[in-house]
Amino acid sequence: MSGGAPASELLRWLNRLAPLLGLLLVYAIFAFVVPESFLSLRNVETILRQSAIVGTAALGMTLVIIAGGIDLSAGSMIALSTVVIAAMLERGAGPLTAAAAGVTAGALCGLFNGALITGLRVVPFIVTLGTLLIVRGAAKGLGREQKIDVPPESLAWLDDLLASLGGGQRWMLVPSGVWLMLALALLVAGLLRYTRLGRHVFAVGSNEQTARLCGVPVPRVKITVYVASGLFAGIAGLLQFSRLTVGDPTVAQGLELPVIAAVVIGGGSLAGGEGSILGTLVGALIMEVIRSGCSQSGVPNWVQEIITGAIIVLAGALDRLRHRRAAE
Amino acid sequence: MNAVGAEDTVPRLAMRGIRKRFGATVALEGVDFAVASGEVHALVGENGAGKSTLVKVLSGAILPDAGRMLIDGAAFAPRRPLEARRAGVAMIYQELSLAPHLTVEENITLGMEPSRWGLVQRGEVRRRALDALRQLEHPEIPLDLPVRRLSVGLQQLVEIARALAVGCRILVLDEPTSSLSRQDIERLFAVIARLKSQGHAIVYISHFIEEVKRISDRYTVLRDGRCVATGATAEAGVSDIVGHMIGRRVEQLYPRSERKAGEVVLEIRELAGTARPQCASLSLRRGEVLGIAGLVGAGRTELLRAVFGLDPVRRGSVRVKAITGVASPTRRWDQGVGMLSEDRKAEGLALGLSLADNATLSRLPLLVLPSRQYHNTQRWIERLGIRCAGPSQRVRDLSGGNQQKIALARLLHHGADVLLLDEPTRGIDVASKALIYQLIDDLAAGRLGDRPCAVLIVSSYLPELLGVSDRIAVMARGRLGEAKPVSDWDEHSLMLAATGGQAA
Repeated sequence: MSGGAPASELLRWLNRLAPLLGLLLVYAIFAFVVPESFLSLRNVETILRQSAIVGTAALGMTLVIIAGGIDLSAGSMIALSTVVIAAMLERGAGPLTAAAAGVTAGALCGLFNGALITGLRVVPFIVTLGTLLIVRGAAKGLGREQKIDVPPESLAWLDDLLASLGGGQRWMLVPSGVWLMLALALLVAGLLRYTRLGRHVFAVGSNEQTARLCGVPVPRVKITVYVASGLFAGIAGLLQFSRLTVGDPTVAQGLELPVIAAVVIGGGSLAGGEGSILGTLVGALIMEVIRSGCSQSGVPNWVQEIITGAIIVLAGALDRLRHRRAAE
Repeated sequence: MNAVGAEDTVPRLAMRGIRKRFGATVALEGVDFAVASGEVHALVGENGAGKSTLVKVLSGAILPDAGRMLIDGAAFAPRRPLEARRAGVAMIYQELSLAPHLTVEENITLGMEPSRWGLVQRGEVRRRALDALRQLEHPEIPLDLPVRRLSVGLQQLVEIARALAVGCRILVLDEPTSSLSRQDIERLFAVIARLKSQGHAIVYISHFIEEVKRISDRYTVLRDGRCVATGATAEAGVSDIVGHMIGRRVEQLYPRSERKAGEVVLEIRELAGTARPQCASLSLRRGEVLGIAGLVGAGRTELLRAVFGLDPVRRGSVRVKAITGVASPTRRWDQGVGMLSEDRKAEGLALGLSLADNATLSRLPLLVLPSRQYHNTQRWIERLGIRCAGPSQRVRDLSGGNQQKIALARLLHHGADVLLLDEPTRGIDVASKALIYQLIDDLAAGRLGDRPCAVLIVSSYLPELLGVSDRIAVMARGRLGEAKPVSDWDEHSLMLAATGGQAA
């Protein structure tokens, strides 16, 4: 039985805002424990900065998960992107060209994923489990099994994307890398809500058969989301490079897991058809707040891992609870 | 258990003044319901009339707010499903609850395996399972076969056998025939008759009034949580029962206005798919409703799917209006062809998405404005009388009939003028059926949209097919026969043609 329209509308909003309320709650707890740092604006900036890499990669992952897929190769694509950027700089390319090459490398990996998934009709979990190794291997091969150092003078602006803001740049509030992530988030959120492609992504994830019946070009939609995942992993790689200033084929090992966790904490369903960009960003921030809060309040690393794990399970359980209530 | 006659004074089950509210919604308002042993009592009513709530009260899944229940004169107040089961109430739902990988005998004795010192006694398991199947007179079902390898109809018998093995006194069958083929239905009816003669009390819930007429001794109609009619089935006509269900007289279930056949808009020539259809030809004119009859598995659904580009075409051609060529669903929609899937839940609708997303999916502009999408959907919600909270509600929360209306709204919103409808009224309530029949007539007569539409309809329900179609063609074993005017057919000749293919 459905309640009145206003009540269900309120419930919908509460559902949508649940992750955001969770973030505020977690932040408030740490503000209580370590008020000296958590009540400062500086700390907010740090948290945003630290979560930019996972957050950016999670934008693409959100699209993949809404479409009912999964991309386990995100971490490897981030590493490849850093290696490509470093290799390009080493060969004398300009910073913009190098950055574009890194991002393109990610997008091409995504295209490869999408083509394999739609062409071979193998489930995404297996395909991307394979490409996780393939791409990681390619990154190591390109870097000849080691880090590629880049002469500092050729870096130009590449190393300030996630740098702490200096005195003269306080007006920016957060570094350019964070702005980049926020701008991209707005773009993807708009794409999901206001374009045909976005609605098709939801339809494919919710019920692929229905999508096909309704004339949705299912393979094209799937390829698009994997390309997007690769693209955003490439941009996350650019941010990673900016932080390390070396091309490191072993970086971001296992990073796909926090990226997926961000989407899930934010209300994405691994069964497809559900997820939101706001939720995903909040999910990435919740994990970072816990990490930074725990380390600042002297909680050991292992406790922090347990807490993060518990939150992932809790997010999944809450999601189920919401569905059960909706079904009644 | 002693078998007693239906005229016994103490009924097997008596429910008195059952009342249940959910928040502000009254689900049951003092319902009385009784079943004698050796009686089949049909419980009918529209979706939301309270049938399932009443049955849930009986099965212990819901506690009633008021009222009492007696089994063989003894008070019965189950607080949990397990208590009801122990008291002898067995439920057979539409969705079967068997463990697909376990064998027939394991399923029949599931949860009450005879054991000694923790070891299952296989001989005893087998004996009990066979006993139960013998009671149904179906000892031929292999005991050691995994249940998933049986047909749905046989799986259902296994589930009934399990109920008997537990020692049930009251068997509740909830829409048992909705996913069965005709042969399976006949077999089930034979089993029900047998159980009845053995003195079991059977509650039979169904949408199909013809079935109720055939199988039940008594009937009770629920509407808005009240019992509005009860009596001997033999003394009630189909239209009486339907009238009680929807609360008004049904003037004409199958309206038929003046239709004018126009140009040919769909021409199928010797079409063959991978396995089915083998050979199908037909031509469909604007302003015409063409019905396709046949047994389940004859290839009717596959024909529609091949025409719509969902299944590959091996041979033959399809012409839509002026265009002949290889089809994809995308192209078909562009050509003004729309298809309604027979499987609403698995294919027809994305249950997790909103009404608006489902209704507009085939025709989304490049830039989607949600407000516009909602506005468009709201129009169809009003036009089709869809009961819902609004266009943003999830389709999953709607009743079957309202879900089907949303699936149809997609075709209407798209403006399709060639409609392929596969079992458009399967498993939905009578009022929604009536609306869909009206809609088909409106479409064919050109009262909806700017010109008359052409409708190709597949249905296993012969009265409906005879009621809505202008012409009917019968499909048997993958071959489509010639389409003849509806006046040349009756149920008997349609069945004959549908099964005749098997003899040939």
